[in-house]
Amino acid sequence: MSNTGRKLFGVIAAVAAVGVLIGLYVATWATSQPAIVVASAAPPSSGGSQLTLETVAAIGPKYSPSHPDWVSYLVRRNGKWVRSTVYQVPANSVVHVTIYQYDGDSGLRNPFLSQVQGTVGGTETVDGKTTRAIPPEEASHTFIIPQLGVFVPLPGVAEEAKNQCEFAPCEGTAHRTITFSFRTGKKGKYRWQCFVPCAAGFIDGFGGPMQTFGYMDGFINVV
Amino acid sequence: MAETNHARRFVTIWLVCSLVALPLVIFVLGPILPPGKASAEASGQVTDNTVLLAMATPVLLLVVIYLFYAIIAFRQPKGGVLEGPAVRGDARLQTAWIVITSVLVLSLAAYGTIRLEQGYGAGSGNGPTPLVVPKGPKLQVQVIAQQWAFTYRYPSYGGVETTHLELPVGQTVELHVTSIDVIHSFWAYQLGIKADANPGVDNIIFVKPTTEETFEIHCAELCGVWHGYMYDHGHVVSQGAFETWIHQQQAYFAPATKVLPPYAKTYTPEPTRRAE
Repeated sequence: MSNTGRKLFGVIAAVAAVGVLIGLYVATWATSQPAIVVASAAPPSSGGSQLTLETVAAIGPKYSPSHPDWVSYLVRRNGKWVRSTVYQVPANSVVHVTIYQYDGDSGLRNPFLSQVQGTVGGTETVDGKTTRAIPPEEASHTFIIPQLGVFVPLPGVAEEAKNQCEFAPCEGTAHRTITFSFRTGKKGKYRWQCFVPCAAGFIDGFGGPMQTFGYMDGFINVV
Repeated sequence: MAETNHARRFVTIWLVCSLVALPLVIFVLGPILPPGKASAEASGQVTDNTVLLAMATPVLLLVVIYLFYAIIAFRQPKGGVLEGPAVRGDARLQTAWIVITSVLVLSLAAYGTIRLEQGYGAGSGNGPTPLVVPKGPKLQVQVIAQQWAFTYRYPSYGGVETTHLELPVGQTVELHVTSIDVIHSFWAYQLGIKADANPGVDNIIFVKPTTEETFEIHCAELCGVWHGYMYDHGHVVSQGAFETWIHQQQAYFAPATKVLPPYAKTYTPEPTRRAE
């Protein structure tokens, strides 16, 4: 092969290699998202589907070796807790949500979000008591789907509570139980997020887990 | 054979093309330019865009026609390379060039300044103390930007805060745009208004919706992972429909209104326990 031919081959090979690396980066990392968890069928008495979630102050090394101290949501799938924030629910149906809230309060930056909106009945149930709003300073997290108009504030565990959870999964430790239901309409992909600035150590409390899929925000896939 | 007068030929071609293009730009393209006619500000911007496009069209034609004319008329003939005529400076041409371009630019500057003043900011943010304020009653609405949604507060209706923006048609609205965390930008496309939402700053826009319709709202300043999802639809409705809606909002959001801070031009939320 002539000198020019060799140089040309070298350039083409290098460009191809870079292209493959970019493609691998995009396919495996840049576009990766948590596994989709399908909501289970709710009991026939209530109909619709059921999502069981929990919120924890620190996800722990088991679920996130790289960020064990990040606050996070988990979802129950086949009896086990998994770290995912992408949930699949059926269209034109009712979704019943139970959230076990194990984290302490941080307070809402905008107290407006302390009122429940968009749920069936416009209420949530906190530890068995139905309410339309919580004190904004007691908010630990929120579950909000802006495009569906669902706004649910989650009160925190009292600071003086005994037996608080250290790392996920949290079972049998101090927590609040919040239940609510909301209706889905047409098919689509709707983002959800927490609006409480609960990312410890980040500017304005909105960095880190607040802006990383799989921790404090994700998608509701209505299919 | 008489030598071709390229200058006369070129100017003739340019004039004819300009006379054909200008009416098309003004009467055909102009009315469909963005952002539309949903508000006085949007209509003003359509007018301004038409004027600018009409002024730019002959200039664009001058450059493009000369480019193609030169490629065709002064193409190197087959055979040996011929040296072109010596280029000498022409004081009249240079003076005309400088005068014409200066007049164009200065007139655009004057036009823009007058339109900004006439349009009370022409749909852009005026900061906390606008230089020119529309006369007459205005509906005050506060736009609160946060990561990652806009909420809206109506101080003359008990300070109620809502998740959607509804405005009455035909009434001047004074929007106070602010943020309670990072920088955002409130952009209502069809209304032709956009203003930065900065923490601790009250940025005022004036808008007068003129037709009942739905408009898109987007955040126009990168503000985090969900910036692209920070959008909504607002509505311009009749005065009666607006009154009905706002009273419904007051009733529905009574629990939230009780815990809201007193209405203020800006808010500085207390640092939360975890945020830095």
